Order: sequence, then structure tokens, then C-alpha cells
Amino acid sequence: MAFVFFAYFAVVSIVAGILTVALKNPVQCGLALLALLLHVSGLFVMLNAEFLWAVQVIVYAGAILVLYLFVLMLLNLKTDDRYFHARTPYLLAPAVIGLIYLLFLLVRSPFSGSRGDASTAAILLNGDAHAVGIKMFSDYLLQFEIIGVFLTGAIVGAIVLAKAPRSIETRRDA
Amino acid sequence: MIPLSAYVAVSAILFTTGLLGVLIRRNFIIVLMSVEIMLNAATINLVAFSHYLESMQGQIVALFIIAIAAGEAAIGLAIIIVVFRGKISTNVDEMNLLKW
Repeated sequence: MAFVFFAYFAVVSIVAGILTVALKNPVQCGLALLALLLHVSGLFVMLNAEFLWAVQVIVYAGAILVLYLFVLMLLNLKTDDRYFHARTPYLLAPAVIGLIYLLFLLVRSPFSGSRGDASTAAILLNGDAHAVGIKMFSDYLLQFEIIGVFLTGAIVGAIVLAKAPRSIETRRDA
Repeated sequence: MIPLSAYVAVSAILFTTGLLGVLIRRNFIIVLMSVEIMLNAATINLVAFSHYLESMQGQIVALFIIAIAAGEAAIGLAIIIVVFRGKISTNVDEMNLLKW
């Protein structure tokens, strides 16, 4: 049963990713990206990361994607006939060959390492959000504060960048 | 039980798709969307290793990645609006304002 769900989420997210890159209309690309984000959040549920699932749906699908679609509608770009770069055919073949080699290497790799203390049973005891919160606000408190300052700076910078410059007439009056 | 390499393979395919999208698309907004695909691929990797190695660190870093993605989207879209206001095309191969 778990394998069926994994296959569904994996296949749909890969197809949605390819559609995001390949579709012509930017709004359709945005909707394909929405499908990708939702199915990746399904993969998070299969990995026992329910808190990340909620964050993915709320922040990615709810906030970031709406920002993208908002800017797309605001700019009202007309799609060019030539929407791929001129050198696309020379890039596709190396990418596919490189991907096949990478997958070959990945399937052969053993992937083992020292295990931590957060086993599935330990996480399910109090829930994933509890485990993330305890870890975040004990070992990663400084990084959490840094990311808060970073986000504030990024949002202020975005507003300053996008603010309409005052026209010359109003500047002369002032 | 799904093997870890299955998750890593999905992540690798998604990352290659995003990388190709950055390289071949001309529309700046689609290029930013491809960057989001690449960030999502990295997040899948982190969460999968976090689950299989029974550690919490991967999920914490995945949360940081989502925060960074939000900041990146805000700054990138602001730059697109500024470029578009100057009546310049938003195709990446025609943008050469900073070229000396």
C-alpha cells in the first residue's frame, strides 16, 4: 500500500516538474508547479514529517505560489513564440546522459551512517511538530534567529526594490 | 518498505529537471520557478535521510530551506517588476543592464 502511494506521489511530481519546465503559458507553468509542490508534500507525509507537510502546503502552495501568480497576472506578459533558449538541443542530451549516470551511481550506493535518537516510534510519541519544536528551539535557536533577521531583510529589500520611484515633478515640489 | 535510494532517485530527477529549466527557458519567472523545483528536490533529500537515519536535523534544515525560498521568491519577483517597469523584456537572454 505504501508503495502505491509512493509511486503516485513520485510519478506525479516528476511529471508536474517536467510540465513546469516545458509548458508555454506561464500561468499553466505556475499551476503545474502547484501540483508538484502538493505531491512533494505527500512524499513528506510518507517520511513521517507531518509538520513539514503543513509548512509546505501553507508557505509554498499558499504564499510563494500566490506571489508568483500575482506577479504573472500583474505583468501580463505576452508569451514569446521562441520560449526556449536557442541552445536548448545542445543542453538536453548532456543533461539526460548525466542524469542516467547519476541514477546508476545512486542505486549502487549503500547509504548508511550513524543513526540519531529520533526514531519513528520516538517521533510518534508526541507528534512531529513537538519533535521539530524541541530540536529547533534547543540546538538551532541561533540559526532560527538568523533566518528571522534574513527574512525581514529580504522582505524590506523587496519592498524597497519594487517601490515606484517618485516622478520628477513631485520631487521638484518637495 | 520503500528503499532510501528511491527517494534519492526522485530527488535527482527533479533536480535535473529544475536545472534544465534554469538553463533552457527564456522567461525570467519560469527560471525562478525552476529554482523552486531544485530547492524542493534538495528538501526531499534532506527529509528522506532524516527519516532513514532517524535524526531530526534534516527536517530542521528543510524548514530553513523553505524560509530561504520565500526570501528568494520575494527578491526575485521584485527584481522582475523593476526590470519590467523599465520597459525591458523579461527574457533572460535579452537582459543585459549590468553588462559592461
